Amino acid sequence: MVSTTLPVRKPRYLRRTAKTGLWSWVVTVDHKRIGMLYGATAFLFFLVGGIEAELIRLQLARPNGHVVSADAYNTLFTMHGLTMIFLVVMPMGVALMNYIVPLQIGARDVAFPRLNAFSYWVFLFGGLFLYSSFLLGGAPNGGWFGYAPLSTGDFLPGDGMTFYSLGLQMLGIASLAGAVNFIVTIINMRAPGMTFMRMPLFTWMSLVTSFLLLFAMPVIAVALFEMMFDRVFGADFFNVAAGGDPLLWQHLFWLFGHPEVYIMILPAMGIVSDVIPTFSGKPLFGYPAIVFAGIAIGFMGWGVWAHHMFAAGLGPVANSAFTLSTMMIAVPTGVKIFNWLGTMWGGSLRFKTPMLFAIGFVMMFVVGGLSGVTHAVVPSDYEQTDTYYVVAHFHYVLFGGSIFGLFAGLYYWWPKFFGHMLNETIGKLHFWVMLIGFNLTFAPMHILGLQGMPRRIYTYPGNMGWNIPNFVETIGALIIAASILVFIANVVLSRRREARAELDPWDARTLEWLTPNPPPEHNFDEIPLVRHRDELWHRKYAPTPEGVPTRIIAGGERTAADAPAHEAHGIHLPSGSYMPVMAAIGLPVTAYGLLFFPPLIGLGLLIILTGFFGWVLEPQTVEEGY
Amino acid sequence: MTRKAGRLPRAGPGLRALAAAGVVAVATAGCSSHAPQDFLRPAGPVARDEGNLWNLTFWIAVAIFVIVEGLIVFAMLRYRSRPGRRARQFHGNPKLEAVLVVVPALLLAGIAVPTIRTIFTVAAKPTGSNVVNVTVTAHQFWWQFDYPDYGFSTANELHIPTGAPVYFTLKGVDVIHSFWIPRLAGKQDVVPGHVNHLALSAPHPGLYRGQCTEYCGLSHANMRLRVYAEPPAAFQAWAEHESQDASIPRSGAAARGADLFVNGAKDGTFPGGPACVNCHAINGLRNAGTRPGLIGPDLTHFASRDTFAGATYSNTESNLRRWLEDPPAMKPGSDMPDLGLTRQQIDDLVAFLEGLK
Amino acid sequence: MSAHVPAVPEAHEHHTSTGLSNNKIAIWAFLGSECLFFGSLISTYILYHNQTNGGPTAAETYNIPFTAIVSFVLVLSSMTAALGLLALQKGDHKAFRAWIAATALLGMIFIGGQAFEFTHLYEEGFTIQTSPLASSFFVLTGFHGGHVTVGILMLLGLLAMSLLGRLPQEDAHRAELVILYWGFVDIVWVIIFTVVYLIPTLGRG
Repeated sequence: MVSTTLPVRKPRYLRRTAKTGLWSWVVTVDHKRIGMLYGATAFLFFLVGGIEAELIRLQLARPNGHVVSADAYNTLFTMHGLTMIFLVVMPMGVALMNYIVPLQIGARDVAFPRLNAFSYWVFLFGGLFLYSSFLLGGAPNGGWFGYAPLSTGDFLPGDGMTFYSLGLQMLGIASLAGAVNFIVTIINMRAPGMTFMRMPLFTWMSLVTSFLLLFAMPVIAVALFEMMFDRVFGADFFNVAAGGDPLLWQHLFWLFGHPEVYIMILPAMGIVSDVIPTFSGKPLFGYPAIVFAGIAIGFMGWGVWAHHMFAAGLGPVANSAFTLSTMMIAVPTGVKIFNWLGTMWGGSLRFKTPMLFAIGFVMMFVVGGLSGVTHAVVPSDYEQTDTYYVVAHFHYVLFGGSIFGLFAGLYYWWPKFFGHMLNETIGKLHFWVMLIGFNLTFAPMHILGLQGMPRRIYTYPGNMGWNIPNFVETIGALIIAASILVFIANVVLSRRREARAELDPWDARTLEWLTPNPPPEHNFDEIPLVRHRDELWHRKYAPTPEGVPTRIIAGGERTAADAPAHEAHGIHLPSGSYMPVMAAIGLPVTAYGLLFFPPLIGLGLLIILTGFFGWVLEPQTVEEGY
Repeated sequence: MTRKAGRLPRAGPGLRALAAAGVVAVATAGCSSHAPQDFLRPAGPVARDEGNLWNLTFWIAVAIFVIVEGLIVFAMLRYRSRPGRRARQFHGNPKLEAVLVVVPALLLAGIAVPTIRTIFTVAAKPTGSNVVNVTVTAHQFWWQFDYPDYGFSTANELHIPTGAPVYFTLKGVDVIHSFWIPRLAGKQDVVPGHVNHLALSAPHPGLYRGQCTEYCGLSHANMRLRVYAEPPAAFQAWAEHESQDASIPRSGAAARGADLFVNGAKDGTFPGGPACVNCHAINGLRNAGTRPGLIGPDLTHFASRDTFAGATYSNTESNLRRWLEDPPAMKPGSDMPDLGLTRQQIDDLVAFLEGLK
Repeated sequence: MSAHVPAVPEAHEHHTSTGLSNNKIAIWAFLGSECLFFGSLISTYILYHNQTNGGPTAAETYNIPFTAIVSFVLVLSSMTAALGLLALQKGDHKAFRAWIAATALLGMIFIGGQAFEFTHLYEEGFTIQTSPLASSFFVLTGFHGGHVTVGILMLLGLLAMSLLGRLPQEDAHRAELVILYWGFVDIVWVIIFTVVYLIPTLGRG
């Protein structure tokens, strides 16, 4: 059926709009499929980054290790950091955002479906570009924050840092496009009645994260361009001999880098804020406080960047100012912890796998948060910074925090994605093995740091007192690897053995569970009218005077979702398009041109331009049959 | 709890008892034996000030950790779901939430006051007649120490008098490094194009070890340093000895080595350059000292040092021999290339260098 | 919302949560991001405005009268762009095409001026490799020039769509996005002109 309002024209290009098969994934603009692509890609990169981590740990298991060379080690820790940050934690958050946010706000898609596809393809090509460096003259080896002039001058072997400057640039474009898309989607595409203060926390934190990306990405873009011009065109931004200043890189990088930390943790906080109420059978404790704490973190995250530079010689006045701002940001973070605890308090807790990961998140994040406060104490930080103590801190935040939170989300929403549950027993095994492995790996790093072991050293002598913790850490890292194998086994076995998921398998509270598992392409047959925060809960339960809810017999969640899948009348979804993937391919072509063969730059730009023109000119929807 | 307690292996019996329970305690027990870069065993006032702040923050953190994690565990046990029971739906408690904002804020304010005081204390430039000035120049991958008051230069091994304030001026020439002697003071980055300072003092004699803590390239791990704190008289004697020219041998293998050092091999082997003097200075040696310390360490009193190559290897004949055979094999990325020296040339150079007391 | 509401609201302004079109929110978000981009480039320039590395200083380098004229051209183009939008909103397609063509032309004059300036500077030995000052000058103004170029391409795109009859009056909001971008790029130039060209030469008597 053709809606009268949508102009449907004969396309100028042959339009492939396949709904099944490989090609359907290439041209898809469905936020759910793009979310799955993001998730699958991020998970593959997670395995690669994990292998890098295992090699690092094997090298350091014993003093004077000889598993890898110094050069290989430097490449490994650089790529491990880049992979886990830019190719795992960020895109895995985006994967869940893509799939879940439109469902949580009662939308049929994101605001710009093709831009969404473009984001994914740029991310994929950016990641592949970065990894192609292994075959083309050496991977990045200057550390993930690529301090100049080490990264810009002639101090490291290989072309790695040029790949770094161009690869991260691409990933930044992907993030920026995604950020714009999610800002518009969340601000503008909420179902009727879904006011800001009724939005689920995951959606809220996705919004804050998107704003952080929006403003942080251009800053790193400038830093990366300056690095690229130094490396490729001989500019003098960080050339000390010509008067360039290495600290400019640090200021620009951390002005991006600290918001980046919150970009990685806020989606996980959002997940946990949705999971804990569900499995506590209670609404989120202090919803407004937790929302405003998230916003406050978003704002204050811009005023703390120099705490990464306390030892750089900024002077006591600047250090004092940044110590204060850094301590202040601990307050809203604490608010969140207390509110999660308050949500559990007095609840009726069901310890399903997502809940275990969520509680694991909170408990591990507390450790990372507290060690973070010790970093804010500048004089003490003079001793801790750039040691394993910092490595311990940010792994408690990013692994104990983000990764645990993301696994909570994966277990929680798995039935939504695939229509079947993940096995609970294996899931719990996964959680416990990972928790033990994680603490075994990263807790001893606190001790190592305080005993003076710097980060990023490929070897250490046997007489420093560091041998036993390092050995224990390597064992822990292998246990983490085992836990990931348990997860993979769970995915494979559950696919065959687990029964179809019920409509609302967790007795959840938010709108995404109002749709079938998995949802139809158009998400909702009828856009729900939202009357409450925790809308789904209120459709299922009525309050009694004592404040204890009673089940409404009819089962309100069925009204919308269980209706026979009547073919969505008059719902027109945007058709698939290969313009996004085409425009995205132009970027790596341009980048290879900058590295190896200048004519490719022109070709790349031409491809991008063609892609965008085709994109603008093609109609959003084509009639079936084209 | 165990995890965090593990950070403070020496902090007291109470903590040890806590640390005893749990996997990580095994690690803790093992690493308390000998850790020469242990920041929690400060050996000077600066490190002690910094350590005191760490202790304060740590114990507050421990208290918060115990309370928060304890409450979570309590909630998990107490509010486990039971058949037929539904949770009462409540949305918050503004009073309690306000308290939970104010209490952490006050705690942080309590930490902030001594923090800022200490920031200014440790940044102060020491004064007095007994201040020892040392200019540190960080290279990939070794430390150059110049004593401007005495006029000599040494590498990787630093001597300071006990009790006297030492004032470091930190300069970078290639990439960013970070100067760190954990038991004496926190680290300070060495940034090319900027001049940073660090003050410290060591009340007691001893050997304090440190290393570069800003990733600086291939051999970042092999950029270590040693500080020898000695009674003032011993320091004076050392400084006077260092200020003297090297004694140059006149005959034998050592003399041949000296000749090789200055003139290179007569047959033109030495692909890296005509001679050692191109990069290394030795005061008292003819033609050696034109570009002191610019590329490689000053070797005037090389044999009096305990270590070499970024304080990574002990200064033994066999190590030196291995080094001269192929420096990058021992220290990846070393600016000193494999010079293709013959066995005879190495013998001569070792004889010469080991005589530079 | 009934099932008749299209799932693709981006072309339809009336069914969004805020009443604003998706496109408009998106372009404002994007321009917010661009502020940080140019802000970082301008900050770099300010940091390095005296780092000449023994080469020419800013005051010695720039030809103010020439750049002032070119800048005036660009500012003028904002006006023609706005008039063009007004014409489209009134349904006067002929006037729209004329104004947009004029805008694109003025933009091209600006880019031509920049190309001339860059060539001239290179011939005088002021290149991206000369000094941190020169590097930040070329990268800042070059990225601005790149933005103007993208703007010209989009203006030409509008013109083409209009000529093909694919930009009806009710689609004026699509043209508005391009005009917004164009205006933003012009404002950024005013700031760059002030910071880069005017301030360092104030004392030059």
